[in-house]
Amino acid sequence: MRKGLRKNKGYFGKFGGRFVPETLVPALSEVEEAYRTIGRSREFKARLNDLLANYAGRPTPLYHAQNISNRLNFKLYLKREDLLHSGAHKINNTLGQALLAKMMGKTRVIAETGAGQHGVATAIACALLNLKCAIFMGKVDVERQKSNVYRMRLCGAEVIPVESGSQTLKDAINEALRDWVTNVRSTYYLFGTAAGPHPFPTIVRDFQSVIGQESRKQILKAEKRLPDTLVACVGGGSNSIGLFYPFLRDKVKFIGVEAAGMGISSGKHAAALGAGRPGVLHGTYSYLLQDKDGQIKIAHSVAAGLDYPGVGPEHSFYKENRRAKYVSVTDKEALAAFHLLSEVEGIIPALESSHSLAYLLKSKKEFAGQMVIMCLSGRGDKDLEEVLRVENE
Amino acid sequence: MNRIEEKLKQLKKENKKALILYLTAGYPSLAATEKLVPELERAGADIIELGVPFSDPVADGVTIQRTSAAALASGTNLTKIFRTVSRIRKKSRVPIILMGYYNPILSYGLDRFVADCKKKEVDGIICADLPPDEAQELLRLTRKAEIGLIFLLAPTSTPERIKLVTKASCPFIYYVSVTGVTGVRKSLPKDIRAKITQIRRYTKKPVCLGFGVSNASQAKEVLPFVDGVIVGSALLDCIEKAGRNYLDAAKKFTASLAAVTPHPSLSPTGRG
Ligand SMILES: Cc1ncc(COP(=O)(O)O)c(C=O)c1O
Repeated sequence: MRKGLRKNKGYFGKFGGRFVPETLVPALSEVEEAYRTIGRSREFKARLNDLLANYAGRPTPLYHAQNISNRLNFKLYLKREDLLHSGAHKINNTLGQALLAKMMGKTRVIAETGAGQHGVATAIACALLNLKCAIFMGKVDVERQKSNVYRMRLCGAEVIPVESGSQTLKDAINEALRDWVTNVRSTYYLFGTAAGPHPFPTIVRDFQSVIGQESRKQILKAEKRLPDTLVACVGGGSNSIGLFYPFLRDKVKFIGVEAAGMGISSGKHAAALGAGRPGVLHGTYSYLLQDKDGQIKIAHSVAAGLDYPGVGPEHSFYKENRRAKYVSVTDKEALAAFHLLSEVEGIIPALESSHSLAYLLKSKKEFAGQMVIMCLSGRGDKDLEEVLRVENE
Repeated sequence: MNRIEEKLKQLKKENKKALILYLTAGYPSLAATEKLVPELERAGADIIELGVPFSDPVADGVTIQRTSAAALASGTNLTKIFRTVSRIRKKSRVPIILMGYYNPILSYGLDRFVADCKKKEVDGIICADLPPDEAQELLRLTRKAEIGLIFLLAPTSTPERIKLVTKASCPFIYYVSVTGVTGVRKSLPKDIRAKITQIRRYTKKPVCLGFGVSNASQAKEVLPFVDGVIVGSALLDCIEKAGRNYLDAAKKFTASLAAVTPHPSLSPTGRG
């Protein structure tokens, strides 16, 4: 085990922890305690299940995509998180955490967002539960994601453009943490992915595990057996850990697909697991993109939701103990997959989810004769402008 | 004895409070840092904190965000900061604390970092995002090397946290006066006296207060309850505004603060 990082609560092997300013330690303990008590209560579970079913649209289908399967030479099932209200898996987490915040008696919720997916999902949950909502978003992102900014505002959220640092997702998280330090008593920080300080990696994983739990039941019903492999894209790591976790003890392979952006060797990518090294960012010890001095590097991906220099600690753990394999595909490969799925299945995938498919296409020999479940984490409507822009360049 | 501890003891004997000044290392340049430290000591600073710039300073307000970014842009890193400390040591024995975030230290290597602190005569370390729960290894190394490792307490700290932090922190406790980030504020919260009293129930170690103290009158307001004040953003603002005359401006500002530090203690517990 690495020196200086002891194994305790909030650790996955040597990864994880709670590296935050002292002011936030009691706030995180409060969230942890609330999750342990309120989060496990019958009332909470009943309310959340009701919201997931009747508001968000769960369970989502597990769809055997025959046309694309024919091209791949193996059997591919798509877990259709793209069909959820708001168009992505993010709402599984925001409904869970917003309900927790509400039942804790918090009156204000803050969150970070990159492209706006988590921001929109948070704004929706807060509108529904009548919570005051502020979303931190890098100024650069505010400008390139106008329709998501408007969606958040329509749902009553305040969108705060962040002008510090690189003005993107990592700086939005910095600013949200600064707000939380300042308004810690009234405010709940609704973290958007399975990263950040303990207990967020655990809470977000648990709320996203509904993806894997449903998939497991559905595949057993359809095929009378478990799949050979699970595939999901990895930004911070929430949709992937949500799919993987319920299969942890099964003989099922896990593959996480990171964004290689313009190619790993170009330095413009977001492959924290593939090309980073362990360090501490945003409260957790995990793989991250950093320079030789430990300064954080800026990530790049055509998929805004993958554009983060860090990754959740549980993935770092699965990388080291080899429970999962982590690979990456470039912007270009992801765009090709985006087109292909639209053409042959009539499903327009999010650019993030397109990364998973791109890997399956690229490495189809690896899966010959297998049965594979891929998490289609979101729909591509949000990406149309971006795709047009990139392809016209 | 550690130089910080020695300094705090000596000040106490003289019935004075510690004036601790924070400078971002490498702002406006490392050469400037080298000049500033001995000059600020002469102007009345008792202890100097040198900020190690980090790309993602979550505990800092706009001033230190800006100075850190500028310092990084001109290539400041730990290796160069240690070199600067060596040069400072030829002119000044003022206690120096390196203050920063965990990742650059982790990346440098904890063993190597503490060894270099020892070698270059750095006297203490403050790591804004490293609570004692996560600091086992750094605690072990700094204790062996007799280098201070100072932890923070905040208005939100519970009795459990106060117990843990006062035990781990050495040689003093850093009390963050506000729920919030570093930066200049118009006024300080009202609960400071009560909180410091609470902290002193758990420890005999000195308690110094920082975050938000920006001028002599604010320092005067809190000095009766604490053993020292830490001023950072206001000093950096002053340096930034002064441009080329930064040295004179910083000295003048320091002198204005130093004028209020000979302050007899009014601590309700009689220990302060
Ligand atoms: C559709 C979609 N998929 C995937 C992600 C990546 O996040 P995570 O790795 O937490 O699932 C995002 C993030 O915004 C997203 O919007």
